[in-house]
Amino acid sequence: MSGRSLLIRLGPLLGLFAVFLFFLFKVWSHTGRNVFATPENLQTIALQSAIVGMAGLGMTMIILSGGIDLSVGSTVALTSVTVAALLKFQGWPAFPAACGAVLAGGLCGLLNGVLVTQLRVVPFIVTLGTMLIFRGAAKGLADERTVIPGASMLDSLLDVGSVLPSGVWLLAILAAVVALLLRYTRFGRHLYATGSSEAAARLCGVPITRVKIQAYVLGGLFAGMAGLLQYSRLTMGDPTAAPGLELDVITAVVIGGGSLAGGEGSVIGTLIGALYMPTIRNGCSQTGWAPWKSEIAAGVIIIIAVATDRWRHRRGL
Amino acid sequence: MSTGPRLEMIGVRKRFGATVALDGVDLSVLPGECHALVGQNGAGKSTLVKVLSGAHPADQGELRIEGAPYRPHSPIDGRRRGVAMIYQELSLAPHLSVEANIVLGVEPARWGWLDRRETRRLALEALAQLHHPEIHPEARTGSLTVAQQQIVEIARALAIGCRVLVLDEPTSSISQRDADQLFVLIDRLRGQGLSIVYISHFIEECKRVAQRYTVLRDGRTVGGGAMADATPAQIVDLMVGQKVGHLYPRSARTPGEEILSLEGLAGLEKPSRADLSLRRGEVLGIAGLVGAGRTEMLRSVFGLDPVRSGSVRVGAYAGPASPARRWSQGMGFVSEDRKNEGLALGLSVADNLTLSKLERIVLPQRQDSAARKWIELLSIRCRDSSQCMSDLSGGNQQKIALARLLHHDVDILLLDEPTRGIDVASKAQLYQKIDDLVSRSGKAVILVSSYIPELLGTCDRIAVMCRGRLGPARPAGLLDEHALILEATGEAA
Repeated sequence: MSGRSLLIRLGPLLGLFAVFLFFLFKVWSHTGRNVFATPENLQTIALQSAIVGMAGLGMTMIILSGGIDLSVGSTVALTSVTVAALLKFQGWPAFPAACGAVLAGGLCGLLNGVLVTQLRVVPFIVTLGTMLIFRGAAKGLADERTVIPGASMLDSLLDVGSVLPSGVWLLAILAAVVALLLRYTRFGRHLYATGSSEAAARLCGVPITRVKIQAYVLGGLFAGMAGLLQYSRLTMGDPTAAPGLELDVITAVVIGGGSLAGGEGSVIGTLIGALYMPTIRNGCSQTGWAPWKSEIAAGVIIIIAVATDRWRHRRGL
Repeated sequence: MSTGPRLEMIGVRKRFGATVALDGVDLSVLPGECHALVGQNGAGKSTLVKVLSGAHPADQGELRIEGAPYRPHSPIDGRRRGVAMIYQELSLAPHLSVEANIVLGVEPARWGWLDRRETRRLALEALAQLHHPEIHPEARTGSLTVAQQQIVEIARALAIGCRVLVLDEPTSSISQRDADQLFVLIDRLRGQGLSIVYISHFIEECKRVAQRYTVLRDGRTVGGGAMADATPAQIVDLMVGQKVGHLYPRSARTPGEEILSLEGLAGLEKPSRADLSLRRGEVLGIAGLVGAGRTEMLRSVFGLDPVRSGSVRVGAYAGPASPARRWSQGMGFVSEDRKNEGLALGLSVADNLTLSKLERIVLPQRQDSAARKWIELLSIRCRDSSQCMSDLSGGNQQKIALARLLHHDVDILLLDEPTRGIDVASKAQLYQKIDDLVSRSGKAVILVSSYIPELLGTCDRIAVMCRGRLGPARPAGLLDEHALILEATGEAA
């Protein structure tokens, strides 16, 4: 890899670093001591990023293929309710219940993929519809209440007790797997090709329909994993959980260099992108800003981050 | 009113970078005249139209309208000054009503509010002038036939008071009956004093509608005169000019067994009927006009477009087609649309080259070494195999598109306008490669091209497609440019 393209890859990281430094000084001057860059606070940020990052792995693949998935927040809610329901009502042990929930996420993705490719309706609309469907299904499954099963090993996925909880390790391992998948497999190249130029991919014999469905299924499976983390954070299944999560996830992919037109994006970029929002929110609250101020700040930073990224791309810096 | 020409072009020149597109064009159109502009593909007709419309400024030369200098700085400026274009691809908003399209950009308004009554009046007046009362002003434009949409577009030109109407290949996508009606309409508009520039490949049509003609070749006006004094053969002579030689290498070729055959192949719209037989060790050329159905035929063969009837047999296989199947049967396709379909411009050189032939596990080093081999063999200019495709020049991009077929080691190469828009040096290298492939490696090539000297130079046999029908393939040695143009324009019979 040449130095130039390395810099493009690391651009989002530099931006994150700038945001981090900004809040470090802001919080320091506000409180008079360093409460931002402490291990405890950094761990909080990491935990908050883990859910977005996990769902972001799947979203990266979907966006690479030229698609989008607005239903990911609802899928996370549905799977977190599913795992709670399997634990509580069916009495399943933790591991099978977790597998069942991830599988449910995969089915959601399968439905998205089949609808997008067979109805030939744009993914934005299809997943806007399934966003409502999955949210409704989650509420129906939970009977419009939170489902609170007893303690299980799933609670410890995002347990603050350990230095880095198992959920974060899981995210790191899966991220490495996806990165290898994108770089070293035919499926990965087909994803990039489909998103970059569907016509050219088709001409080269790439099975476009299959590639797209696979991307949505994988997206659903990762949303299912994110649902497990969501469950672990709340230690219950909440059908109204993760509202607007889809926007955080899409933002993470785009800040990380993903293009909504398809064909561009990377795992490492998405993971860095996933750290932005929690860092901003955490920093704003530590600075003592009112929530309305922190929302405006988050919006401004997102626009600046993506605009400078696109500018660097155009200039080839 | 002046009796001089309505529109005059004197010594107009235009170059794009190193390419000279117009190299001295003279054109003079009288009031109340329909003037035919003819020339082969690449003769400079479309550039001339763009200069006339104001899309591109001329580098040198003079343009005048009714004696006054005319230097439009944009298409809108050109329209305001009375020069309207009707392109092959119509430019109407399909979701708007007919009347909204007619007044588009010049909407009558009072204090910012649309004047609906005035809009209706303008639309009805323009449509009545064209004698097309059956087109309702409130109809949704997208629901009309192509011929009716053309009328709407002409009505739009009239509504802004155009004095010169340029029609670019107006009959290419309408039926014979609609075309006949269009000719009657042109006669009528001419009677009202409008000047019309009529661009067409069909010399028969030009003889029907035009009073005078001008022939372009290599960006230059090479002749013209009164239509009544010229025969189609004389006009074609002017279009062809002298031949280019020695660009086309030709080794001894020995045709082998049949490897591809089409029987009565018909697509959804085009082609309507195509039969051919392709053998190893030969280049089969397909001549014809743009829009005759040549591209559609290749796409149907390759499984990119649906087949309505007829059969395609590749070697011993005659089952259903898909691009993936065709690749595995040893067939490859180079698309005419290099930017959108031929290549994924956002991906790297190596990815584009190997996309059709990836193993389940992709090792970038192996991809790179494969790409390097072809970069060297075809002397492709790029930094390295990881360079983004969009950074390369057109000629080098086209070599990558061809290299994909070579890397896949296909036996049948379908090449659709492979030399379009690339420089002469790259063309020569492509011709050399094609010759090597058929004479040394026993491959078979189908070459679709609109440039007839290229077909005569590289092909062993040539078939002509005209309005969706593929004629018989004949030895290239027995054909000349003249005969092919006549056949392609439907004049041969």
